[in-house]
Amino acid sequence: MARKVKFLQGNEACVEGALMAGMTFYSGYPITPSTEIAELSAEGLPRIGGKFIQMEDEIAGIAAAIGASLTGAKAMTATSGPGFSLKQENIGYAALTEVPVVIVNVQRGGPSTGLPTAPGQGDLMQAMWGTHGDHPVICLTPDSVKETFDLTIRAFNLAEKYRTPVILLTDEITGHMREKIEIPDQSEIEIYNRIKPTLGEDYKAYKVYDGDIVPKMADFGSGFRYHVTGLMHDETGFPSNSTKNAAVLMDRLMAKIENNKEDIITYEEIETADAEYLIVAYGGTARTAKAAIKTLRAEGIKVGLFRPITVWPFPEKQVVELSEKVKDVLVAELNYGQMKLEVERVVKGNCPVRFCGKANGEVLTPEELIRKFKEVL
Amino acid sequence: MNHPLVEGYFRMEKFPHIWCPGCGHGIIMASIARSIEKLGLDKDKVCIVSGIGCSSRAPGYMDFNTLHTTHGRALAFATGVKLANPELEVIVIAGDGDLSAIGGNHLIHAARRNIGLTTICFNNNIYGMTGGQYSPTTPTNEKGTTAPYGNIDKPFDITQLAMGAGATYAAKTTVYHVNQMDKLIESAISHKGFSLVEAISICPTYYGRKNKKGSVVDMMNWLKDSFVDHKVAEKLPPEKKEGKFLMGEFINKIEPEYTEQYDKIIEQLKK
Repeated sequence: MARKVKFLQGNEACVEGALMAGMTFYSGYPITPSTEIAELSAEGLPRIGGKFIQMEDEIAGIAAAIGASLTGAKAMTATSGPGFSLKQENIGYAALTEVPVVIVNVQRGGPSTGLPTAPGQGDLMQAMWGTHGDHPVICLTPDSVKETFDLTIRAFNLAEKYRTPVILLTDEITGHMREKIEIPDQSEIEIYNRIKPTLGEDYKAYKVYDGDIVPKMADFGSGFRYHVTGLMHDETGFPSNSTKNAAVLMDRLMAKIENNKEDIITYEEIETADAEYLIVAYGGTARTAKAAIKTLRAEGIKVGLFRPITVWPFPEKQVVELSEKVKDVLVAELNYGQMKLEVERVVKGNCPVRFCGKANGEVLTPEELIRKFKEVL
Repeated sequence: MNHPLVEGYFRMEKFPHIWCPGCGHGIIMASIARSIEKLGLDKDKVCIVSGIGCSSRAPGYMDFNTLHTTHGRALAFATGVKLANPELEVIVIAGDGDLSAIGGNHLIHAARRNIGLTTICFNNNIYGMTGGQYSPTTPTNEKGTTAPYGNIDKPFDITQLAMGAGATYAAKTTVYHVNQMDKLIESAISHKGFSLVEAISICPTYYGRKNKKGSVVDMMNWLKDSFVDHKVAEKLPPEKKEGKFLMGEFINKIEPEYTEQYDKIIEQLKK
C-alpha cells in the first residue's frame, strides 16, 4: 500500500482523483478559477498514454470529451460559470445519448463574467435545469480537498455505471483552498467500468438487457457499427418520431436515476440526532456552517447540519425526515436562495425555512451565519 | 436486386431517405461510399460524424460507426473521436450552415491543427431542414425565406476559408461532376491531415424554387455550365472564364498530423 501525503488545492486533487479513476482524455478551454484542472491534465495525461486537448471554445471542450468517450475513453472537461452555460446543450446531448462524461464546474461569483476569482454557488439550479428538456442529472458537491478527490472518482464511477453526464459542482473556495490530503494506493480505490457487449451476441445499442441498469456500450471501432443521435431514438439507436417510443425512452432515462437514488445520493449529518434546529449547507459554505455549529453547540444550542453531497438528485427523503423533528431549517449558500427553494419544496411546511446567503463574491463567515441563525431564538 | 455498393455500405432498412426529390445530397453520400469501397477501408474502423441539417442525416443510412451530433459541432466531436482513437478513419459530413455559420469556429481550428479528419461539405447554399433561410454561402442578392428582398450578405467560399485556416487538402466539386467528386473524396480520405471537399449540391425545393432556378435538370445543367476545373481554366482565354466558378483540387500538401504529433510526446515521455 503506497499512500502518499500531499498538500493540494481542490483543483489539483480533482486531477489526482480523475487519473486514479481512469481518466484517459481531457478536453477543455481555459477559464478561471478551474484552470489548474486543465494544466495538470495536460501534464499528466500523456505520461500515462492518455490525451489532452485545448479546444477552441467551451462547447468544443465538452463535444470532444463526448466523442472520446464513445471510443471507450474515460473523459472529463472542466470549466466555470460562463463556460458551464456554454456547455449546456451538449450536456443534454450526453444525457439523451447516454454517453458517460464528467463535467467539473468550479463555481465563481455572479452572472455573466461576474467575479472570476471569487466564489459563488449560483449554478446549483443551472446544474439541474441548464440544458433544455427534461433529463436525468447527477451532481456532486465536495466541501474539502480530500472530498474533491473522492468525489471526482465517484463522478467517473457514476458516469460509467449510469451512462450519464455527471457534474462535479465545486466552487472557488474548495477549488483553491490547500489542505493536507492522503492519497490512497490505486488498489484501495473502487473503480467502475462501463459494461461492454461481446461480439457475436445479440446487440441493440440502446436496449437494456436482463440484469443491466443501462444499455451496454460498445466502443466505436470495436466491431459494432451502431448509430448515436440526439434525436429521440428506439432500442436500435436510430431516430424515431413515434411519441410512444419517445415516452419509453424518456421514462427509462428518468427512472435509471430515480430508481437508484439510494446508490447515488450521499450526504453528511452532524449533530442531528438531538437537533432542535437544522442548518443546511453544501460545498465551501458547509465549512462555514460546521464552524458556526461548533460555536452554537458550545453555547448549549441544539443545532445540527445536513450537508447534501449529492445535490441532484436532491436528498429529499433525508431532508423531509429531519424537517419533521426540528423547529426551523436555515439554508446557507452563496446565492439568492436556490437550494432554499428546493428545501421549501420538499419540507412542505413541516417547519419554517429561512435563508442566509449572499452573492457578492465573499464567503459567508461563521459570525454572519450565527447572527442570522439567532434571529429564530 | 440492389447494387452491391448499396448492400455493402448502407443500412438498407433505413431507406427511403428523408431528402426531397431532386436533392443532390444522395449523390454525395453515394460518392463517399464508393470512395470507401475503392480504398478498401475496414467498415468497423470508419466513423462518420455529422451535425444537424439535411446533409447530417446521411450517417444514419451508412453502415459504419455513426454519430449524429448537435448543430455545428460535428468537427468538435470528431476531434475527440480521432484523438482518442487515431486508428479510426473519421469522416465528417456537414452542411454549409452547419459547417461555416454555427460551426465555423470548429472548422478553422480543425484545419489549423491539421488533425486527420476528412470533412465533406454538402453545400446547397441554403438552410434546407428549417425551410429555406439564407446561409453563409447564399450568393449576394439571392433570396431565402429570411432574405425576402434579396441577401445583402457576402458569401463564404468554404474551400478558400479552410485553406486560409491551414487545411492541407482542400477541393471543390459539384453533384454534376460525379467522376471528379469520387476522385477528390478518395484523395481527401487518403490524405494524412485535415482535408476538406466542398461538394456543391442542389436544393430544388427551397433554393431553386425561391430563386426561380427551374427544374432539377436545369439546376444540374447550371452546375455543368458554371463550374470549371481551375487547372483547365488556367489555359482558357479570359472571355471563356467569365462568370465561371473554379473547382478541383486546390491544395494537397503534407504537414505533420496532429494525433501523430501528440503520440510523439507520449513516446518522448516514456524515455
